[in-house]
Amino acid sequence: MSDPMRIRAQLKDGGITEVRVLMAHVMETGQRKDSAGATVPAHHIQSISATHNGKAVLSAQFGPAVSQNPVMNFSFKGGAKGDKVTVSWTDNKGGKRTDEATIS
Amino acid sequence: MNLQRRTTLKTGASFALIAAAVSAGVLPTSAFAQWNKNAFDAKTLNDVVKAMGGTTAEKSGDIAITAPDIAENGAVVPIAVASKLANVESIAILVEKNPNALAASFDILAGTEANVGTRVKMGQSSNVHAIVKAGGKYYVATKEVKVTLGGCGG
Repeated sequence: MSDPMRIRAQLKDGGITEVRVLMAHVMETGQRKDSAGATVPAHHIQSISATHNGKAVLSAQFGPAVSQNPVMNFSFKGGAKGDKVTVSWTDNKGGKRTDEATIS
Repeated sequence: MNLQRRTTLKTGASFALIAAAVSAGVLPTSAFAQWNKNAFDAKTLNDVVKAMGGTTAEKSGDIAITAPDIAENGAVVPIAVASKLANVESIAILVEKNPNALAASFDILAGTEANVGTRVKMGQSSNVHAIVKAGGKYYVATKEVKVTLGGCGG
């Protein structure tokens, strides 16, 4: 349905894994009007969850104020090279997407 | 005891089982925490804290907000929040003068660093607040971000 997320997970010094996620989404606020003066309905990501080898490491909730094509970074302990990091999101219209990356 | 956090942890655990059984892409939405509509509809800092289950937020010097002093493009303002407080449970980013103050909230689970970042939209120059819930209490830090629309960096 939507473009894949770009996920980069890197193991840093001290055993911390840094994850950067770029999601492709319009993030429509519901405040904007189109050229005919009709309000453009809100369409934005609501919930995000990230797991490391199946164990939840982060969950987030986004409002419409997050920028278009949202970027999110976070880091967690306990990752190892080759482990899988999975990120999923759902939006307010029921759209969803899950993508996976390998820690490098 | 924060009941919502308990539920989140439980759903997190079941999520792991489901993920093992079901291939990626067909995960049920029940794996996600319920979107906190009240918090995202709130207009002010205090209302957001109340919607998140607290009463007031205490000022703290242990929260660092990384954001530009002057943002040239209000549609994309990078904001990162790091906290040195112990037992951080969640981090929320608020923009005071947006139509709805709360932009994003992150639940920090065990093993995850209290350091998150994203990019938000800002309608005009405003204070940016970071609410950190640590050990059951709410703390807040504030930074002013000026938004220039003319692009001259004034």
